Amino acid sequence: MTDRPADERVHDFLEVDQGLTPATAVVEAERCIRCKKPTCVGGCPVEIDIPAFLAEVASANFRGAADIIKRDNLFPAICGRVCPQEIQCEGSCILGKKGLPVRIGALERFVADWEKEQGISLPDVAQPTGKRVAVVGSGPSGLAAAAELARAGHKVTIFESLHRPGGVLVYGIPSFRLPKVVVEAEIAQIAIMGVEIRLNHLAGQSVTVDELLSYDAVFLGTGAGLPFFMGIPGENLNGVYSANEFLTRVNLMHADRFPEFDTPVARGSRVVVVGGGNVAMDAARTSRRLGARVTLVYRRREDDLPARWAEIIHAKEEGVEIICCANPVRIHGDPEVTGVECVRMEMCANDVSGRPEPQPIPGSNFTIDADVCIEAIGQGPNPLLIRQMRGVEYGPKGNILVDEEGRTAIPHVFAAGDVATGAATVILAMGGAKTAAKAIDRMLREE
Amino acid sequence: MYRVEKAEKLAAKVFQMWVCAPHVARQARAGQFLIVRIDQQGERIPLTISAVEDDSVRIIFMAIGKTTSHLSELKAGDTILDVAGPLGKPSEIPSNGTCAVIGGGVGIASTPIIARAAKAAGNHVTGIIGARNADLLILEDEMREICDELYITTDDGSRGTHGFVSDVLRTRLEEGPMDCAWIIGPAIMMKVTSQVTLPYGVKTYVSLNPIMVDGTGMCGSCRVVVGGETRFACVDGPEFDAHQVDFDTLMQRQRIYLREEREALDVYHNDRCACRENGLHD
Ligand SMILES: Cc1cc2nc3c(=O)[nH]c(=O)nc-3n(C[C@H](O)[C@H](O)[C@H](O)COP(=O)(O)OP(=O)(O)OC[C@H]3O[C@@H](n4cnc5c(N)ncnc54)[C@H](O)[C@@H]3O)c2cc1C
Ligand SMILES: Cc1cc2nc3c(=O)[nH]c(=O)nc-3n(C[C@H](O)[C@H](O)[C@H](O)COP(=O)(O)OP(=O)(O)OC[C@H]3O[C@@H](n4cnc5c(N)ncnc54)[C@H](O)[C@@H]3O)c2cc1C
Ligand code: SF4
Ligand code: FES
Repeated sequence: MTDRPADERVHDFLEVDQGLTPATAVVEAERCIRCKKPTCVGGCPVEIDIPAFLAEVASANFRGAADIIKRDNLFPAICGRVCPQEIQCEGSCILGKKGLPVRIGALERFVADWEKEQGISLPDVAQPTGKRVAVVGSGPSGLAAAAELARAGHKVTIFESLHRPGGVLVYGIPSFRLPKVVVEAEIAQIAIMGVEIRLNHLAGQSVTVDELLSYDAVFLGTGAGLPFFMGIPGENLNGVYSANEFLTRVNLMHADRFPEFDTPVARGSRVVVVGGGNVAMDAARTSRRLGARVTLVYRRREDDLPARWAEIIHAKEEGVEIICCANPVRIHGDPEVTGVECVRMEMCANDVSGRPEPQPIPGSNFTIDADVCIEAIGQGPNPLLIRQMRGVEYGPKGNILVDEEGRTAIPHVFAAGDVATGAATVILAMGGAKTAAKAIDRMLREE
Repeated sequence: MYRVEKAEKLAAKVFQMWVCAPHVARQARAGQFLIVRIDQQGERIPLTISAVEDDSVRIIFMAIGKTTSHLSELKAGDTILDVAGPLGKPSEIPSNGTCAVIGGGVGIASTPIIARAAKAAGNHVTGIIGARNADLLILEDEMREICDELYITTDDGSRGTHGFVSDVLRTRLEEGPMDCAWIIGPAIMMKVTSQVTLPYGVKTYVSLNPIMVDGTGMCGSCRVVVGGETRFACVDGPEFDAHQVDFDTLMQRQRIYLREEREALDVYHNDRCACRENGLHD
């Protein structure tokens, strides 16, 4: 293990996993048995040539390894850290059948970090094509699309509404899992490739739909940033947050360093986090670092927790109490939160998702004392721009409907990432964006 | 970086500033706002777009806390790190009717741009602006120029009618019909004044000012209750049907960070004093 001890890391926002050293990386890469038909590659959504890069690491040619990875993924320092490898590449590794799979994610991260220290070699950029492409959003999908399009020689302009590029990578995922310098370094690359990023530009408002459509192509990577609320009584009390708001205040605005930074956040002494995904774990672990006692409430069973296994372990190690089979029904307080009333849940017949449907057990209510309640029950696409794009079709959950190459119902307008798939993962957003960018490139060349 | 073109004091603690922000100025319409972040440590705060000229927008604000105090010290030629906008929905302006635009205190800042838009749409526009006293009254000349008729009130009678904007509004409603009214000011003023138009069936808008972070609909900090439903003021508003708004929830949520706001302001003032003593400032 390369994690810092829980009692140390719970007091700061520095990275938990300290990563491999050159020596340990070589040893780990040597474990790969070079399968004739490597199954790991199919497990990676962007199909990195994993055995080839592992072979380079095993022979200590880290630059060579980096070049192989970057053929398929321009942001390995990010993906190596946040991909759910246990259900992707590592989950498909043959060694995992009997023992531990090769730690592909850790190796990918090591190679990327090593290259950053030594100096990055930038990908070649094709001759300018004279075509202009507008990319909306600078999250993983927008960045990946921009990189791919810039590489192909197109002039790319990214419009980002926030004051900092990166999307969820900077406002959502905490720095103890993904240090912000890592994100900055990866974004700096695409700026060098000639991509222009216009911050503080909300597409649909600062830039009109007509202006967007005046580009030769448009890529929508606006994500799924709209937070859902449970709709229970007491939700508007002071001290109730969406996970998005709470994490944005801390990650993007640095409320953990108030008053050095101006943005405040309620520093609860007892925090209840509602939900069981990565977002809930991040909110819980961030609250621990702000000094609170944290209880996480999840309506299904522990085995159903959708968060990455490693994050659940990390949260528990850091002292987060997890109560499963319980769901909030009311938040108490006046006007500050004083407690979260929950009801116990029992598992009944399978629901549409194929999992047992949780049902409240009448009369089983109990109240957890709390001064802050953070809801992390999911988020959907922000309708602001989508509603204005006449002709774009979207599904019942507000996600833009696209074909397998990211085409929307409007010609020349493409979309990928969370805005098309609903809340998913960084690598799926990047993979979808890359496919769409290739289709855009083909379209622009054929014209 | 966005350049401050002009900065001046309008009244005690009230400042007016023109900022060059072409992306905001080009698209800004009545009723919308922007968000500024002064520097790397800064908070994002929303301010109404009060006027537009070429590439510049005007903001008018009262120095009540850390960020607005800091902002009030910027001079022409200084820069603001981030200006995002225009945000929120534009005002829904009817045409060829009778409208009233009512502002209280620093809320008067929002009135000229709406009054001008209403006028341009062929409406007869009545302006009613009020402040605690004559020294705090802003934009009187500008509003007089735009509106067909302008009424002034002060709480202490030092200028115009002695009383509140709601008193004048009531009198005006007795005199003749009105299709539509905007009421903009402190939450309590909006709550009280919008009750006046209710019996007259006047379509009434208020511009809500909850605490915001992103201003783009992705955090929910700005949630308000309108017609029993939770809405995000930054994208669904900031203007809402006054008669549907739950003002008590708004006022309660505006007070979430009172303790932190006082602390931030204290630290700011102490730092400023220390800097002055050490000759680091001014
Ligand atoms: C707290 C949290 C933790 C997560 N942890 C993981 C993890 O460990 N591993 C993993 O793989 N995935 C994780 N995810 C999911 C992952 O972050 C997302 O799937 C991914 O970021 C989606 O990328 P995207 O580019 O589609 O959207 P986003 O990252 O949401 O980026 C969208 C960008 O578009 C901008 N934007 C939106 N509308 C406009 C507009 N109209 N004009 C201009 N700009 C606009 C937004 O400001 C934002 O910057 C996590 C998500 C959260 C919230
Ligand atoms: C849509 C909208 C338009 C506004 N237009 C104007 C305007 O034209 N002129 C003007 O003077 N004021 C306006 N405000 C209010 C202005 O945003 C606050 O006065 C400002 O944020 C105070 O910041 P501060 O650090 O100086 O004071 P603080 O001491 O931090 O706060 C003072 C009070 O301002 C409110 N406030 C604090 N932080 C925020 C925040 N991030 N977002 C919103 N409110 C906050 C709180 O109610 C608080 O009690 C507007 C608010 C909104 C939502
Ligand atoms: S990008 Fe993600 S899935 Fe692909 S090899 Fe790297 S860690 Fe594994
Ligand atoms: S300010 Fe974040 S949703 Fe409105």
